[in-house]
Amino acid sequence: MKLIIATIKPFKLEEVREALTEAGIRGMMVTEIKGFGSQSGHTEIYRGAEYAVNFVPKVKIEIVVTDTMVDQIVETITKTAQTGKIGDGKIFVIDVNQAVRVRTGEKDEDAI
Amino acid sequence: MKINKPLLVGMALTALPTLALAQDATTPSFDEIGPYIMTTLLFCMAGFLVFFMAAGFAMLEGGLVRSKNVTMQMTKNISLYSFAAVMYWLIGFNLMYPGDGWSVVGWLGPFFSVTTLDPVGVSAADAALDYASIGSDFFFQLVFVAATASIVSGALAERIKLWPFLIFVVVLTGVLYPISGSWKWGGGWLDARGFSDFAGSTVVHSVGGWAALAGAIVLGPRIGKYKDGRVNPMPGSNLALATLGTFILWLGWFGFNGGSQLAMGTVGDVSDVSRIFANTNMAAATGAIAALVLTQLLYKKVDLTMVLNGALAGLVSITAEPLAPSLFGALWIGAVGGVIVVFAVPFLDKMKIDDVVGAIPVHLFAGIWGTIAVVFYGDATITTQLTGIVAYGVFTFIGSIAVWYILKATVGIRVSEEDEINGLDMSELGMEAYPEFSKG
Repeated sequence: MKLIIATIKPFKLEEVREALTEAGIRGMMVTEIKGFGSQSGHTEIYRGAEYAVNFVPKVKIEIVVTDTMVDQIVETITKTAQTGKIGDGKIFVIDVNQAVRVRTGEKDEDAI
Repeated sequence: MKINKPLLVGMALTALPTLALAQDATTPSFDEIGPYIMTTLLFCMAGFLVFFMAAGFAMLEGGLVRSKNVTMQMTKNISLYSFAAVMYWLIGFNLMYPGDGWSVVGWLGPFFSVTTLDPVGVSAADAALDYASIGSDFFFQLVFVAATASIVSGALAERIKLWPFLIFVVVLTGVLYPISGSWKWGGGWLDARGFSDFAGSTVVHSVGGWAALAGAIVLGPRIGKYKDGRVNPMPGSNLALATLGTFILWLGWFGFNGGSQLAMGTVGDVSDVSRIFANTNMAAATGAIAALVLTQLLYKKVDLTMVLNGALAGLVSITAEPLAPSLFGALWIGAVGGVIVVFAVPFLDKMKIDDVVGAIPVHLFAGIWGTIAVVFYGDATITTQLTGIVAYGVFTFIGSIAVWYILKATVGIRVSEEDEINGLDMSELGMEAYPEFSKG
């Protein structure tokens, strides 16, 4: 099993969620985060004093999938979250050792 | 409320039989009691409008502080208002309006003179028919002192301890404000000198501003506000609340200035109240526009918090003379107030005086301007106005500095560094404004 972590622009969330559902995903976790990559800081002024805005709001999606689904899901996210402008985000794939469904106790592939 | 001509005629007609029988003087005509009734009504209504400014201050301040300090700011606002109400009854009202009871004529009224209202169902024979009921007069003046205390709470937000702050409020509302207020509105020495302050640009606003300035100096800036020669902004948590607060203050100001006509029983008086409403509104509008345009020019983007401050500065500026100016007069007086504020805010930061909401620019700086502006349309000279400005400044600033220093030396006025960083809501109150959104 693999954990796919994807950071995307917040307004893209609905589109990505729909595409993932069509691709067969039946669960995901979403967090509101701030971050920067090459789309980094600019300055604003509040009551006459300048301050640096280094972080930009993003949305992080985390999904656990079977090994066979990884490439398809990564491609789905990439295609739907893309705008072509900087700040589109990143996707990381890491190994998952174990998974458990709390309600039934099912393990690993049966749990996702 | 529209005046119903037929109703007035009807009322006059019902008085006719009384007039015909009025060989005895015990049944007064409506002519005799009408002004008393209208002025009392003015005080009551204007009074509850100014009362609602407490909500305005609370929302404005709550929106301009960070989330971790919101509950504390709310607590300060409702508490200071409540203490002001009690102190004014206990000492303040009679200290400020001694009438014949001066301790030192023109300078100091009677101490510890508690306020008593008119008896229940006071008769026309016993009432002060040339003015208004004691209750209405007391209530109207009380909400003014509460406004003064509110000014202080905004400037000192996010790092002051609750109880020492409230002790300061007790002294401000019970002693400092009433004594200085008596010099002008109580018929004291400044009034005799010709100093003019219709609704309190100096008596209320600059007094609050001086007290706030003294406090900000003694208290010191927030941690991290001024670091390595830079000014670090700490943006407010809810600008919608701040805007709501500003509108509520704007609304209350109609009572603040309008009620200060102190009479509504004649055609001239009630028309004057309407003049005041119109001028007050104009000054707020142009204060806002001035800040809107200036921030766009200076910073390339409009700053809402400055626009809010600008509207309030316009209001403070017209407060010393909201009756005499033409609408054009109110226009430019208010606009100058807005301009002052846009420059005063960064100026204070340069002086390393941390005023969280801009209370000092709005109430002190614009208050001084408003007091001076009286010479253009009202009955005053630059001498009379400067005398008043300096007298109030010296008394309030020195008095406040003394109280703040005594509090600092005895119980301490500032929370610990750790408490300030964690937020006053948790450290002083043990509760959060938005518990679902934070660590919980």
